[in-house]
Amino acid sequence: MKTYNYGTAILAAFEYLLDKYPEVFVIGQGLWSPWYVGNSMTDLDKKYGVERIIDTPVSESACTGAAVGASLAGMRPIVVHPRIDFMLYAMDAVVNQAAKWSHMVGGQAHPAVTIRGIINRGGEQGAQHSQALHSWFAHIPGLRVVMPSTVADARDLLIASVLCNDPVMYIDDRWLYSQTDDLPDVEEVDLRTVGPRCLAVGTDLSIVASGYSTLLAMKARDQLAAQGVAAEVVDLRVLNPFDPSPVVDSVRKTGRMLAVDGSWRTCGMSAEVIASVVERLAPGELRAAPRRITLPDAPAPTSRVLEKIYYPDVDQVVLAAQALLAR
Amino acid sequence: MGKIFELGGFADPTSFHAPLELGTTLGPVLAGYMRSMSLIRSVENRLARARRDGFIGGPVHLGVGQEAIAAGVSQHLRSSDRVFGAHRSHSHLLALGSSVHGLFAEVLGKDTGHSRGMGGSMHLWDQTKGFYGSVPIVAGTVALAVGAGLAAKLQKTGDVAVAYLGDGAVEEGVVHESLNLARIQNIPVIFVVENNLFASHMHISIRQPSDATARFAVANDIPARVIDGNDVIAVSETAEEAVTRAREGGGPSFIEAVTYRWYGHVDWRDDIDVGVNRSQDDVANWKARDPIARLRAAMVAQGHWSAAQDADLDAKLTREVEEAWERAMQDPYPAESALLDRVYAK
Repeated sequence: MKTYNYGTAILAAFEYLLDKYPEVFVIGQGLWSPWYVGNSMTDLDKKYGVERIIDTPVSESACTGAAVGASLAGMRPIVVHPRIDFMLYAMDAVVNQAAKWSHMVGGQAHPAVTIRGIINRGGEQGAQHSQALHSWFAHIPGLRVVMPSTVADARDLLIASVLCNDPVMYIDDRWLYSQTDDLPDVEEVDLRTVGPRCLAVGTDLSIVASGYSTLLAMKARDQLAAQGVAAEVVDLRVLNPFDPSPVVDSVRKTGRMLAVDGSWRTCGMSAEVIASVVERLAPGELRAAPRRITLPDAPAPTSRVLEKIYYPDVDQVVLAAQALLAR
Repeated sequence: MGKIFELGGFADPTSFHAPLELGTTLGPVLAGYMRSMSLIRSVENRLARARRDGFIGGPVHLGVGQEAIAAGVSQHLRSSDRVFGAHRSHSHLLALGSSVHGLFAEVLGKDTGHSRGMGGSMHLWDQTKGFYGSVPIVAGTVALAVGAGLAAKLQKTGDVAVAYLGDGAVEEGVVHESLNLARIQNIPVIFVVENNLFASHMHISIRQPSDATARFAVANDIPARVIDGNDVIAVSETAEEAVTRAREGGGPSFIEAVTYRWYGHVDWRDDIDVGVNRSQDDVANWKARDPIARLRAAMVAQGHWSAAQDADLDAKLTREVEEAWERAMQDPYPAESALLDRVYAK
């Protein structure tokens, strides 16, 4: 076992992939700078060379499209977008090309490209430096969307994403980088077998979340436990294709569901989670109407007073759980 | 075939240290440049200090050293023109005569800020002065400026649009589409590239095969000039030509103004250690190509400026800037309802 934090776990995944698979290369902005990717890519350029660790012009669209093309020609590229907001220029390459390719050519060619988009918000950065767009991406058939919340998943699901033959959007969150854990040696997993997982067992309600929201759920669970409430936490991990059955199993047991999601409410992942569960349960199986916590339907503000009320926190999760149980 | 364009001496920081050639520019105009550039510098140095000392919560991208470009361009603009900026746009806003207090309040997230505290340093707006907006998404406003110029053409107002962008922005595809569109539609827009040789940590030599972005204007048949961006007289003359052409129906122009930022990419640090190809020597040499000092030296030599005037201006700016800062610090934050109230038009 070795101790990692979320950031160094990602670094370990890069090293594992670059050591073992010559077809892996990395392209994106900031890769020769310590500014952009926290501690998650430190010195990769020095260890593996600037030919394989490519810092780029300010060209998100071309770099992402080039990675898709390279994947069609036998490589396994990882595109890094240090802040998800900047990758919107790359949407054609992701949505029209990578996600469609396999289906469009009769399942005969597959872009095995991984696009790492980092959620990097807070610090009064505002509307164009704060977005979490996983719900958007999860709407696109053909695009796998991976959102690790734990240190183990940060490493192991990055490896699984890169080794997967489909295009994968791997979304990590700077607010998780200080989480630590002891991990065993890497064992490769097949991303197609990875889905939502129960992180903590409970009987009174199910809190369903992904990414940083899962951390909020786990912290809320501790507070609720002190109040005699046993919350079960289900971590989504893979948002698309979405397998709701572990969530359904949990809610069937507890009868109460709270979805926590760090994206917007309307057409957001929380809506998909609740709908997918409700349509699979009999009317009597829910003991209370499901609830959800999301961002307010507004762009991120800069002003500190507004930023403070914008992002969901542990207290909000606890309050919503208490409200669910009061019914 | 060789390179279409190279910056040559413009990119050599050991050159262009001498006092400016003032030409026929009148004394009051020169004094206006002094005041405008000095104000911008005072404001930005104040922001640097406040950010370092923890008074500002969000990032500030400072353009100290680049003041001559906004000052020279704005000299030929009017409040009905349409100016768009990017992440490093304090100078573009202030050179139009926009209030310092509004900028400080915005950076502090106060309700009295130019964007009512919703945007911070990276999302500025003051349409009363012709400043239509700045954003941190690289090249994000370039096509918008083309559109605002298209509107001026359709409205037959004789107004022009200005797109301020950096050398990094030309690496985005939308810039090339915008140049082509502006030319084929004969749109009154002036593309002002502030080529400071860096996109965040990366020198242009490891991002582009030539250091002169004006080659893209040539490819799109747009009149282009490459100039010393730290020479406010050269900037002003070039901008005048471009603005006149646009107002008279002559379509787009492209100005590449070569300059350098004294601070690092973001906030108050020098970033010698994290910049690729940013050495202490280069920074020192570029500081010797100071657009304000070179103007001052020329003005003093020709009797347009004195040590007393310099001291006066300095004292006045210090007072103005401190007053604006103190007032902004006391101003209220937006009400919590602003979070949802400002998403859609009322």
